[in-house]
Amino acid sequence: MKYLDEYRDARIARALAAGIRRLSTRPWVIMEICGGQTHTLMRYGIDELLGDSVQIVHGPGCPVCVTPLETIDRAISLARRPDVTLVSYGDMLRVPGSDTDLFHVKAEGGDVRIVYSPTDAVQLARSQPDRKVVFFAIGFETTAPAHAMAVLQAERLGLKNFSLLVSHVLVPPAIRTLLSSPKNRVQGFIAPGHVCTVVGCREYEDLVREFRVPIVVGGFEPIDLLEAIRMLVIQLEERRAEVENQYVRSVQYEGNRPAQEAIARVFEVADRKWRGIGPIPESGLFLKEKYAAYDAERLFELADICAQEPAECISAEVLLGHKKPTDCTAFGSRCTPDKPLGAPMVSSEGACAAYYQYRRHLVTL
Amino acid sequence: MCLAIPGKVSLIEEKDGTHTGRIQFGGVSRRACLDFVPEAKVGDYVMVHVGFAISVVDREEAERTYALLESMGVLAEELAPGGAVPADS
Repeated sequence: MKYLDEYRDARIARALAAGIRRLSTRPWVIMEICGGQTHTLMRYGIDELLGDSVQIVHGPGCPVCVTPLETIDRAISLARRPDVTLVSYGDMLRVPGSDTDLFHVKAEGGDVRIVYSPTDAVQLARSQPDRKVVFFAIGFETTAPAHAMAVLQAERLGLKNFSLLVSHVLVPPAIRTLLSSPKNRVQGFIAPGHVCTVVGCREYEDLVREFRVPIVVGGFEPIDLLEAIRMLVIQLEERRAEVENQYVRSVQYEGNRPAQEAIARVFEVADRKWRGIGPIPESGLFLKEKYAAYDAERLFELADICAQEPAECISAEVLLGHKKPTDCTAFGSRCTPDKPLGAPMVSSEGACAAYYQYRRHLVTL
Repeated sequence: MCLAIPGKVSLIEEKDGTHTGRIQFGGVSRRACLDFVPEAKVGDYVMVHVGFAISVVDREEAERTYALLESMGVLAEELAPGGAVPADS
C-alpha cells in the first residue's frame, strides 16, 4: 500500500542503521512513547540493528495499558447491567479487571459489542432507543477528536441513551513526569506521530526548553523510526535540543485545527491516574459540565468502584524507562499476555507484551 | 491504538450532516468522516484513525523525503564492501 510499503524497504533501513552506528559516539538512551512504535521497533528488530549505538527504552504510550484497573472494573460493572449495551474497541475486551474481563461478561450474557469507530456506537444508540449505549472511550490525543465528534453527533441527533466512559490521557504531561524523575536516564524522545498530527508540535517546545532534551516527532514504519532515531542522534552529538519533525507527510507544526476545536468543545483537562504510574497532574481529558448528560461516570454513579494492583509487577519502572521488561522476575512466567500481572503486558502494544511476542525473553534467559 | 492508515479518497458526500468519504485501503474500501480535513479532495491520500481522517498526506513532502531516504540506501549499496546488499535478509 502506498505510503506504507516503501517505508519498510530493508535496504534503506540497513543504510540508516549503519549511518546511526557511524554517527554515535556513545550509547544514547532514546525513548519512544507510542505503543504502535514499540511494536514496530520489536517486530523489525530495529533495536538489534542499532547494536550498541543507541539504547531504546519504551514509554507509557499504550492507552489500553495505562487505563486504570478500576476503570476496567467500572466498564465490567456497566456491561453486567441488563439495561446497558457496552461498546468498545476490540483491544479492551481481554484486559483483565480485578476478577474478570469483558469477554467473560459477554460470554455470560452481557451485551458487549466491538466497533471500529465511535460513530458505530452512536448509530447503535440510534437504532435501539430502549437500550442505554455506553461507549468505552479510551485513548490519547489521536482518538479524542473522534470521541468528541461522537458526543456532538449524539447531541445533534437528540439521543438520550448514549454516553461515554472516558479514560483519556495526554502525552506531554507523561513526558514531564518521566523527565522530572531523579532516576530518569532518557536523553531523547521520539514523539508519537499521530498524536502530533492532531495537536501539533508546540506543546513539545516547552519540554525541550525546560529539560534541554531533543524531541523528534516520528512515524510508525521502520524507516520512519530509524530516521527519527538518526535525527535524535545528530542532535545529541551536536549538543542541540530542539523539536524536529520526521513525520512531515502527516504532521503539520500547528496540528489539525478542526480536530483540536472538537476536543476543546467537549473535553477539559484535569488530573488523571495512569495504570502503573499513578496520578499525573493535568494529564487527562474529561467531559465538560455542559456534556454531563453523556458522561457514564456521572449517569451510573461508578465512583465507588476501586481496585488494587498486584504487588510483584514492576510496570511503573518499565513504563518510566528505568527497567526493561526482561528485568522483571515475573516476566514470561507468572506474567504472560494470557495472565498479565500489570499494565505493559495487557495489550499487544505494551512493552512487556511486545517483548514476549517477539520472544525476547528466550534470547535473554 | 493510535494506528492511522493511509487511504485514497475515492468519493466525497454529505451524510447525516457530516462530510463523509469513501476511502480505498489497497483493495478494501471503507467510509470515513472527513470533517477534520475539509480540504481533502477526491484522489488525495488521508490518514484514517477509528473512522476519522486526521490529516491529508502531504504528497510533495512524502516524495521529497522518500527520494532522500532512497538515495541514502542506494549510496550505501554502492559503498557496501563486496557490492550489492541483498534486498532482504
